[in-house]
Amino acid sequence: MLDPGILFAGVLNGLLAGGVYVLVAVGLTLIYGVLHIINFAHGSLLMLAMYAVFFLWRLTGMDPYAALPIVIGGAFAFGYILYRLVIGRLSYGRDENILLITLGVSIVIDNVALLIFGGDTQTIETPYASSFVELGAALLPLPKIISFAASLLLCIVLGLFLARSDTGKAIRAVARERQGARLVGIDVDNIFALSYGIGIACLGAAACLLMPTYYVTPSSGHAFVLVAFTIVVLGGMGSFAGAAVGGLVIGVIESLGGLLLGEQLGQIGISAVFILILLLKPSGLFGARQ
Amino acid sequence: MTRLALLLTLAFAAAIALPLVAPGYLVDVGMLVFFLAFIGQSWNISGGFAGQTSFGHAVFFGTGAYTSTILQITFGWNPWLAWPAAMLAGAIVGWFIAVLSFRAGLRGSYFALITLAFAEAFRILANSLSFTHAGLGMLIKADPRPANFQFKDPIWFYYLALALCIVSLLIAWQLTCGRLGARLVAVRENEDAARALGIDVFAEKVKALSLAGAIAAAGGTFYAQKYLYIDPNIAFGVDKSIEMLLVTMVGGAGTIFGPLLGALALTGINEATRTLASIVPAFKNVQPLSLIVYGVMLILIVGRLPDGLARLFRRVDRHA
Repeated sequence: MLDPGILFAGVLNGLLAGGVYVLVAVGLTLIYGVLHIINFAHGSLLMLAMYAVFFLWRLTGMDPYAALPIVIGGAFAFGYILYRLVIGRLSYGRDENILLITLGVSIVIDNVALLIFGGDTQTIETPYASSFVELGAALLPLPKIISFAASLLLCIVLGLFLARSDTGKAIRAVARERQGARLVGIDVDNIFALSYGIGIACLGAAACLLMPTYYVTPSSGHAFVLVAFTIVVLGGMGSFAGAAVGGLVIGVIESLGGLLLGEQLGQIGISAVFILILLLKPSGLFGARQ
Repeated sequence: MTRLALLLTLAFAAAIALPLVAPGYLVDVGMLVFFLAFIGQSWNISGGFAGQTSFGHAVFFGTGAYTSTILQITFGWNPWLAWPAAMLAGAIVGWFIAVLSFRAGLRGSYFALITLAFAEAFRILANSLSFTHAGLGMLIKADPRPANFQFKDPIWFYYLALALCIVSLLIAWQLTCGRLGARLVAVRENEDAARALGIDVFAEKVKALSLAGAIAAAGGTFYAQKYLYIDPNIAFGVDKSIEMLLVTMVGGAGTIFGPLLGALALTGINEATRTLASIVPAFKNVQPLSLIVYGVMLILIVGRLPDGLARLFRRVDRHA
C-alpha cells in the first residue's frame, strides 16, 4: 500500500492544483448561471490568456503575477467584445446551437493560435520556480502555494463584487429572473456581455496563476475544457459554492488518480467522475433540480 | 426529381471514371472525400436526423478501428471477417452509451458533453491498457493482398470508399422515406409531442445511436486497413469527433447529401491551403487555415443557415 506521507503530499498537491481550477470553473459557472449557455470555448480562451502571459514575460520580462491586472483587464475586454460581436448575436434557439457556436469559436481560436504561435510547448522561467515549502512529509512548490492563495482571494473578491456592488446585484437579478430584471430597467444585454467578460477575466487570472508552473501549447485548451466542465457539473451548474468545492475535489481526484493508477490511466478519474455525476445526479452537489 | 436523378447519375459516372483519368493525387483526395462523407453520415443519423448532438463520435470510430485491428493482430482473424465484428462492437458501444444517457434523461448540451467524456475515457483506456499496446499504437503488418483487405493500388481503396459512401447515402435516403426516419425527426423536433403521438422516444434514440455506432465503426476499420496504423489519439481523439460533426453541420444536418457536401468543402479547403503552403514558401505553415475557415463556417451556419450548404441547393423544405 501507499505510504501515508506520499498520500498526504498527493492530497495537498491536488488541493493546490484545484485552487486554480476553482477560478476556471467559477468563470464557467458564472457564464452558465447568468446566460444559460455552455461555453465550450472556455478552454481555448484560457489557452489564449496563457499565451498572453507568456508573451508579456518573453517580450517585457514581466513576472506572471505582476501581469495579473493587465491580463485580467485584457481578458475581460476580449470576452466582452467576443460576446457583443459573435456569441450574443448568434446564440438563440436550442441550447445545442449555442454549444456548437462556442465550439466553432474554440476551433477558430485553437487554429489561429497554431497558425501564429506554432505548435511548440512554451514555458516561463521564474526565479522562484524551484523554491519549495516543506510541510510535514510534503514538499510543496512555492508558486503553487502563491497561486492557490491568490486564486481563492480573487474568488472572494468576485463573490463580494456580486454580493455588494450594484452591477453584481444586477447580474444576480438577471441570473435569477431575466424578464423581471428587464422590467425593473436593467439593461439585460449589457449584463450578459459583462458577465461573459467577467467569466473570461477569471480565465485571465487563472492563466497568470498557472503559467509559473505550467506550460502552454495551442491544444492546452483541450486539457482544461473537460476538467472545467467536470468541476461545474460536480458542483452543480451555476453554483458558486459548488464550483469552489468541485475544483478542490477534482484537483485531489486528479492528483490521487495519478498516484494510484499511474500517469496515463490516472487521467481517467476526471472522465469517470464526469460521466457518473451526469448519469446519477445531473444537478450536481449544490445545484437546484432542473 | 428527374433533374436530381440525372445529376446523380452524372456525378456517379464521374466518380467511377475519375481514377481512370485523374492523377494519383486526386484519387487519394477523392478517397478522403468519400471516407469523410461516410463517417459524417454516422454523425448525421444520430445528430442530424435524430437531433442528438454528439461531441464524441470518435468513440465509435475508435472502437471499430481497435476491434478489427486487435482481432487481426492478436487473434489472427481475417480483416474482412473482423469488419462486421467491429461494426457490431460499434453498435454495442452506441447502444450502451445511449441506454445509459437517455435513461438518465440527458438531452441537448448534456448529451453532447457526456459523449465527449466517453470518447476521452476510451482514449485514456486505449492509452494505458496492454492489449491495445498503450501509447505505442498498433501497426498492421503490410501484406498487400485483396484477401487481406490491403491493396497495392490505391484505386481499390478509392472504389471501396465510394461504395461505402453510396451505401451511407442509401441508408440516409431510406431514413428520409421510411418510418424510422420520420420517427427520429419527430423526436428531434419535439420529444414531448413525439411521445404524445405514441412514439417510443427512448427506443428510437437508442436505435439511432446504435446505427450511427455501427457506421462509424465501419469507418474505423477502413481507416486502419488503409493506413495500417492506429493509436489512441488518431482513433479516439477529439479531432475525429469534431471532423464528423463539422462535415455534417456545414454540409447540412438532417439532409441526405449534407455530409457529402461538407466533406467536399472541407477536403477542398484543406487541399487549397496545402497547395498554397507548398507553392508560396512564406505560407508554409498555413495548414491550420482550413480549420479556421471551417470554424467560421460552422459559426455562421449554426447562426444564420441552420440547414447548411445543402440549403443552397434547393428551395423546398428540409427533408422530413
